[in-house]
Amino acid sequence: MSIKERLSGNEAVAIAIKQINPDVMAAFPITPSTEIPQHVSTFIANGEIDTEFIPVESEHSSMSACIGSQAAGARSMTATSSCGLALMFEMLYIAASLRLPITMPVVNRALSGPININADHSDSMGARDAGWIQMYAENAQEAYDNLIQAVRIGEHKDVLLPVMTCQDGFITSHAVENIEILEDEKVKDFVGEYKAEKFLLHKTDNMSMGPYDTSAYYMEHKYQQAVGMENARKAIEDVAADFAAMSGRKYDYIEKYKMDDADFAIVIIGSSAGTAKDAIDELRHEGVKAGLVKIRVYRPFPEQEIADALSGVKVVGIMDKSEGYSNNGGPMGAEVKAALYGNGRNIKAVKFVYGLGGRDVKIESIREVFDNLIEVEKTGNVPAHYQYIGLRR
Amino acid sequence: MNERIEIRWHGRGGQGAKTASLLLADVAFSQGLYVQGFPEYGPERMGAPITAYTRLSSAPIRVHSNIYEPDYVVVMDETLVGPVDVTAGLSKDGAIVINSSKDPSELAALISDYAGRVYTVDAASISMQTIGRNIPNTPLLAAVVKVSGAMDETIFIENMRHSFEHKFADKPEVIEGNLKALKMAMEEVHLYER
Repeated sequence: MSIKERLSGNEAVAIAIKQINPDVMAAFPITPSTEIPQHVSTFIANGEIDTEFIPVESEHSSMSACIGSQAAGARSMTATSSCGLALMFEMLYIAASLRLPITMPVVNRALSGPININADHSDSMGARDAGWIQMYAENAQEAYDNLIQAVRIGEHKDVLLPVMTCQDGFITSHAVENIEILEDEKVKDFVGEYKAEKFLLHKTDNMSMGPYDTSAYYMEHKYQQAVGMENARKAIEDVAADFAAMSGRKYDYIEKYKMDDADFAIVIIGSSAGTAKDAIDELRHEGVKAGLVKIRVYRPFPEQEIADALSGVKVVGIMDKSEGYSNNGGPMGAEVKAALYGNGRNIKAVKFVYGLGGRDVKIESIREVFDNLIEVEKTGNVPAHYQYIGLRR
Repeated sequence: MNERIEIRWHGRGGQGAKTASLLLADVAFSQGLYVQGFPEYGPERMGAPITAYTRLSSAPIRVHSNIYEPDYVVVMDETLVGPVDVTAGLSKDGAIVINSSKDPSELAALISDYAGRVYTVDAASISMQTIGRNIPNTPLLAAVVKVSGAMDETIFIENMRHSFEHKFADKPEVIEGNLKALKMAMEEVHLYER
């Protein structure tokens, strides 16, 4: 039996960390993720968990500390947002290429400038090619569930990659909502004890990590990293199946909402998916066959699943909560379109940028997107350029 | 109750609007409702106008946007009535509750375009009398529960007692005062008669 609670997204994640009880938590505060290490350090101070908390002077150092401790054989975590994630950029690649399954909740926040503390996905989207597995949550429940699964996915012997689990800053991190948490023992059993096969502090099997790699080997190592990401696909499914058996909550790479007969669909990530579901219910009530595809796992990118889910729609809108400055929208727009092209789907697609820097995304904002899609179907004209939603002109 | 009740809180930084929005969500959760409580975040400063929101529902809540068409509005500081459009989008079938010692007619005059019910409650005075400090959010919480009928009043008081016993475990002497503040606010919330 799950325990019914009401928690903010940050509280939920902190409780997941408490239940996972990692060996090491290294962190530097940054809004809106600060509460996560704050709560965890309280649990430690109260003697509820025996995690070693390492206060550091920057996010470059928090990730460096995690890399060091995970390499030594310790399960390590941190949490960050926005500029903190940007400051880790160099070390994100080191963590991934050293094949260190660090887990990191990211509370999405716009990158400066202008300086802004509210949600968008520019921070984690900037790190999408760093070699980390990326999962996104719609609400506190998913933020909690994703983190617990992330530990097992990253540590899977065929994967060995770090995982970031993202949720929208303030929108879910600071909103108190209903949630079902698991018993401590269940989470403990689910994640199990971390036993690295190879690690620096091994008594006999000595090794070095992070030495110079010549051109003769570098490419092979990068290929192995890519194979790890490929293997993550099965690990994500297997872990989700085990998680469903334990919790009753099912997860997949993507979530489909009213897609069976949808003529018009949007592809979306994060908290606005919930708002969009309410908008879709309104549209359905008015006779519009609307649906949505929510991407839960962004890396590895579920190309086939997205293409299949969209196979029957007339027009799709792809929703980016980050600019790409490509002159043609954000990263999701580009990748989803590529997925459709690669799978031979000739579906009209419109790319949107929305919700930057915490611009509130309302039910009406999503309806405006669908209005655009319906117009495309009527006129047959697909806008050559991407569209902004909720922009004051 | 209705399927969903949406409440918007207007206060000034430091007055506890966020706390009130979360407290109401908390107590509604104890009664088995689905809840959402969240403030609007920005560059907060003491005294600057801030907004917070509470959604209460008999069904799971999926929407993640601010509340634009609230059923109820609570104003923690009467000086916000005027400078802030506190009745924006407010349902005419709902009500506004303003923390003020003034005659309700004075405040109603400032929001004369609002056709719904206007209530005042002197939360500052109630809080001074019962708690000994100006903490308006506790009486305002009771006032909005009373006005909205969002939950059973007796169960509300009981749940608040549990919450206070937990919150003030190390200073039990303030529990009775807080409970008294709730009950007084329920009795002393005044409807403006047009």
